Amino acid sequence: MALIAMKDVTIAFEGAVAVDRVSLEVERGDYLVIVGENGSGKSTLMRAMLGLVKPRSGRIVYGDGLVKNRIGYLPQQTAAQRDFPASVEEVVLSGCVNRMGRLFFYGRVEKEKALNNMRLLDIERMRKKSYRTLSGGQQQRALLARALCATDAILLLDEPVTGLDPAAAQEFYDVIRELNRVHRVAVVMVSHDIGGALRDANKVLVMDRGMDFFGSAAEYRERFTEGKVSANG
Amino acid sequence: MGDLLRRALMKRPGKTPGRRAAAVLWIALALVALWLILHARDIAAMFAAFGLYLKQGYIVRALLVGTMVSLCASLLGVTLVLKRYSMIGDGLSHVGFGALTAAKALGYVTAASLPGFLPEGLRNGLAGLFAAIADSPLPFTLVVVMLCAFLLLRISERSSMRGDSAIALISTSALAVGVIITSKTSGMNGEVSNYMFGSILAKSSSDVWLSVSLSAVVLVLFILFYPRIFAVTFDESFARATGVKAGTYNMLVAMLTAMTVVVGMRMMGTLLISSLIIFPALSSMRVFSRFRSVTISSAVISVVCFVVGMMLSCVYSMPTGAGIVAVNLVVFLAFSAVGAARA
Repeated sequence: MALIAMKDVTIAFEGAVAVDRVSLEVERGDYLVIVGENGSGKSTLMRAMLGLVKPRSGRIVYGDGLVKNRIGYLPQQTAAQRDFPASVEEVVLSGCVNRMGRLFFYGRVEKEKALNNMRLLDIERMRKKSYRTLSGGQQQRALLARALCATDAILLLDEPVTGLDPAAAQEFYDVIRELNRVHRVAVVMVSHDIGGALRDANKVLVMDRGMDFFGSAAEYRERFTEGKVSANG
Repeated sequence: MGDLLRRALMKRPGKTPGRRAAAVLWIALALVALWLILHARDIAAMFAAFGLYLKQGYIVRALLVGTMVSLCASLLGVTLVLKRYSMIGDGLSHVGFGALTAAKALGYVTAASLPGFLPEGLRNGLAGLFAAIADSPLPFTLVVVMLCAFLLLRISERSSMRGDSAIALISTSALAVGVIITSKTSGMNGEVSNYMFGSILAKSSSDVWLSVSLSAVVLVLFILFYPRIFAVTFDESFARATGVKAGTYNMLVAMLTAMTVVVGMRMMGTLLISSLIIFPALSSMRVFSRFRSVTISSAVISVVCFVVGMMLSCVYSMPTGAGIVAVNLVVFLAFSAVGAARA
């Protein structure tokens, strides 16, 4: 059974359709990249997977042990966040907020979880450092560690390499690949950087409000690179 | 000659603008310290004079309430400033002013002045209720301000109007209503000036109990929900995605702010209460870079500034609110200097 299954999901804002009849499944171990132009509905689709926007019609079903709210989300950073006075530790620990239940404070389990994720992403030595003094790549690692605190099964990344320099972006992709291959975390990534994002993906969705293309990464390469070749020749 | 002049005016290497600003601030601080040392005897006399004031019941009451309010305001201030909501305190205090004058004006309503078609029992009852509200206006003001806080949040969440415009709209309207009501009833007198700029004499003992219990509620709720408030302040989208009811916590913070503003505005004055929310958080962020350090530092700064401001106000008979704001400004400059020097 799939972690997330969408069936004919349509989302509209004030009458304008943003996402039109999208059906897809994300299974354990999948690496799905969603591409498309600005305003093609890819970020909206991701927000629907998270339960932040309600679809007008269609169904979203969580399965294979995945519970709603136990999804690791890496949103686009806001300007206010970049100079927020918080230590890396505080940021990562805040990912455990969905594990507290009825308790008021973080317990030993949550603190250990946060520490393990900081080790995993190699930011443990800067855990006392201030988030605002980190480089862009380090900030993304901290937010990734926070997202991993919220989930064991699936990461949703919204344009994670925007604003990173090429080296930092490559490093970020490597981390995601390791999480996907070694730790079997399913990845859903919205991206503008098609080349970089596709390298490790196994599924691709091209959005244009509706589904322009949905298939394996191999099929995507075949279709679109061949198209280019024939156009050239 | 020209070459010499140019070289003299040129920036010295290694001195960035930030560094130079820090140097200026450090010199200013050194001058302040020098002044304090030279006036050590006066300062000792001030402490002695303040000791005498402490024998007065109303000063002790004001100290108690003021400390609690400063604590609450500074804690809420950290999240309000970071969420770019700092002006909500200012807006709510103006609403509080309007509500307070309205409550006072209700005291002028008598059973005879109510419309004649109402039964006499109802007229007497209403007149009694109005007199009670005018006599102790704090609960009434609290209800109105909390309602407005609710409204403000809803407007900025749901409508196309931006949050800051909504605040400006509501606060100036409330101020206008308050001024009109005052001029039509008691007229612009010393009491109105007290509402505007604050007075330590403004607390009756029933007000004190209400104020202290409200502040205690604010403190307890803030501490209990600290992890969730951090999550929502840092990243609302993430918090929502992980099932935190961010809207509820925004509302909680707005309600706690409303309570703090109402309790504090009689002492600080309508025009100055928002400084209690903004200043300690801003000062702390100059120096500290962790959320918990910023929070603790804000609380400490706020209480210290309040006590020092209160002393100045007693001994030199300054308006209390203005004195506290002035002390806060000095601390802000000092923390900026330290922050700039470390950067």
